Amino acid sequence: MANSPAGRPPPGAIDCDIHPAVPYTRALLPYLDDYWREHILRRGLERENLEPSSYPANAAINGRPDWHLPSGPPGSSLAAMQTHLLDRLQPKHAICNVIHGAQVMLSEDLSAALCRAINNWIRAEWLDRDPRLRASIVVPPHSADLAVEEIERLAPDHRFVQVLLLSMAELPLGRRQNWPIYKAAAAHGLPIGIHAGSSFRHPPSAGGWPSYYLEDYVSQSQGFQASVNSLVSEGVFVKFPDLKVVLIESGVTWLPASLWRLDKTWRGVRAEVPWLEEQPTETVRRHVRLTLQPFDAPPSEPQLRTLLEQLGSDRMLLFSSDYPHWHYDGDDALPSGLSTELIQRICVENPLETYSRLKETPQ
Amino acid sequence: MSQTVLEVLGSQQQKVGIVDCDIHPNFRSPADLAPFMATRWQQHWREYGSHLRQGLSSTLAHPRMTPGVARADAWPPNGGPPGSDLEFMRTQHLDAYGIEHGMLMCLRPGGCDERNLDFGAALCRATNDWQVEAWVRKEPRLSAGITIPQEDAAAAVAEIERCAPDSAFRVINMPPRMLEPAGRRKYWPIYEAAVAAGLPIGIHISGVPGHPSTGAGWPSFYFQEHHANAQSMQAVVTSLIMEGVPEAFPTLRFVLIECGFAWAPSLGWRLDKLWHRMRNEVPQVKRPPSEYIRKHFWYTTQPIEETEDPGHLREIIDWIGWDRLLFSTDYPHWDFDDPNYTFRIQLTEAERRAVFRDNARKVFGL
Repeated sequence: MANSPAGRPPPGAIDCDIHPAVPYTRALLPYLDDYWREHILRRGLERENLEPSSYPANAAINGRPDWHLPSGPPGSSLAAMQTHLLDRLQPKHAICNVIHGAQVMLSEDLSAALCRAINNWIRAEWLDRDPRLRASIVVPPHSADLAVEEIERLAPDHRFVQVLLLSMAELPLGRRQNWPIYKAAAAHGLPIGIHAGSSFRHPPSAGGWPSYYLEDYVSQSQGFQASVNSLVSEGVFVKFPDLKVVLIESGVTWLPASLWRLDKTWRGVRAEVPWLEEQPTETVRRHVRLTLQPFDAPPSEPQLRTLLEQLGSDRMLLFSSDYPHWHYDGDDALPSGLSTELIQRICVENPLETYSRLKETPQ
Repeated sequence: MSQTVLEVLGSQQQKVGIVDCDIHPNFRSPADLAPFMATRWQQHWREYGSHLRQGLSSTLAHPRMTPGVARADAWPPNGGPPGSDLEFMRTQHLDAYGIEHGMLMCLRPGGCDERNLDFGAALCRATNDWQVEAWVRKEPRLSAGITIPQEDAAAAVAEIERCAPDSAFRVINMPPRMLEPAGRRKYWPIYEAAVAAGLPIGIHISGVPGHPSTGAGWPSFYFQEHHANAQSMQAVVTSLIMEGVPEAFPTLRFVLIECGFAWAPSLGWRLDKLWHRMRNEVPQVKRPPSEYIRKHFWYTTQPIEETEDPGHLREIIDWIGWDRLLFSTDYPHWDFDDPNYTFRIQLTEAERRAVFRDNARKVFGL
């Protein structure tokens, strides 16, 4: 089996995670309704950048040096993104995941209003201007009823291919108060994208509040392990057998060890969660997908191959560049050491199987 | 407001000089503080910004209701945020109201809340040096507070010892909402240093400790948070007394800033009642808690409680003690109290002098 050097994705690839950034809050004003436009202007919120703590725009990892813009945060220019990414790697599609303070606002109504504006903005200023782009529906994650309203509003536009949540919210994602979101997503064939990030209602690690941003970033994978366990053990995939979940920017290599532990403990205590009739690993392999970057690969290629075998499925990984975050240099968006067959699956077939809407030609 | 109240207020134009115990200076941009920071920390600030225990990096998850948290008329005509222009502050506030002395309460950039302790300490140092250079040296009517990185007690003590010899500083500032309740022993070195320096601890509502701002969880609205500020200060008083801080530091003084005061008598009664029942759990609390409250705590007035019957306010202050209240405006913030309209009751001349001037002179050694 031939193993490739690091490099560009093959033709027809789907980039499952790029990050257009709202350049400044004022850019959302035309996309708010009259009440919220006036509310935000009176409050002076248009002067705030509403940057989520999870992604400080000036931190090196969040903006590759050669992708910096003359003005505005990295990722805030469509033209630059086309030059930096779409025209170079030539993916067939790229999925826009907007990460914004809207998702962490405490007021459910303000959160929903800003999410609506972001969705309107991404549709008008990105999707309408480049047919290669698709987007996730940004929803107020702490308000299931308002999130469902937003899903229902946008689901008819099939350029929206996913519903976006953050990994660490007020409550673990599997809790039943979130189920209306999963029900609506499943009904429309939309996967739930769970992106790294926290609303910081509680510490981002089990040990409390770390001192450094680097620690926060590393601990995201622990948050994902908790989120996967929550979705599995609360029975979300039993209740919604068609639901797919995509872990975005989660890292990948922690998964086998996490699943082994999940299975072993399930065997010991499954009487506590009697609705789980199959080994959790089977459920996860069927329902959960992970984007590639930032790829936390072991140092050698044999180790990487071993690790990929341990995953036990070639269906789980989805190609992503994580533009404009800085995880690779040049055009080497794919790590070295993957077989050409696996690359084809990761870049083309797995995304198409995950995001069924990508097989359509939107009207 | 009724005609009667307006008549009362109209007759209360200030004749004695005023000490305003809560004025908020602000910097125009990080460049103002840069001269007081090492290059390494300036760069850190640019790249990583604030790293706080909250979801947004540069504003709160329930943002304030007015730009800059400010009065609409407090934006300096020459640019910059409210509170950033000394000359405008003189004209609009110090001169206009006959402020004899003002206590600067510097809330930004908030080094005390930084998760990176070294960065927090660097911000506090810069804030302190900047307050002296940009404000106190230029305007003798102003005094500064020492901002400290309280979660790193050793660094906080070092900063107190560095700043306290400069008479520009008249108080040590801490937030009420810290990683642990205020009475916990990790903070005791700070209290010890305050006693040694002869300075009171000024606790101004604020703090981003990561736990919810109410015992019932995270509120949705700023409206709720503003109300909860009074609860956060009751938690401070309770913790300090129950952990035995006033017993261990009998000369330590606490000034509680911008949290109201009408709750204090009730808290004292409740503490006393439970202390009588369960004092064997807290043997370090030797006296009825209300006695410590009466001896160790002062309160600034703004935002003053507007009681349903103005007369109720007098009853509350009688209970607290007229020697305990320190007049404050909160300039330039939106909920500013105008000294001519703060009290909806007629004060005696002695009460007026105490609250508007003499109590503050005494507690801050002005």
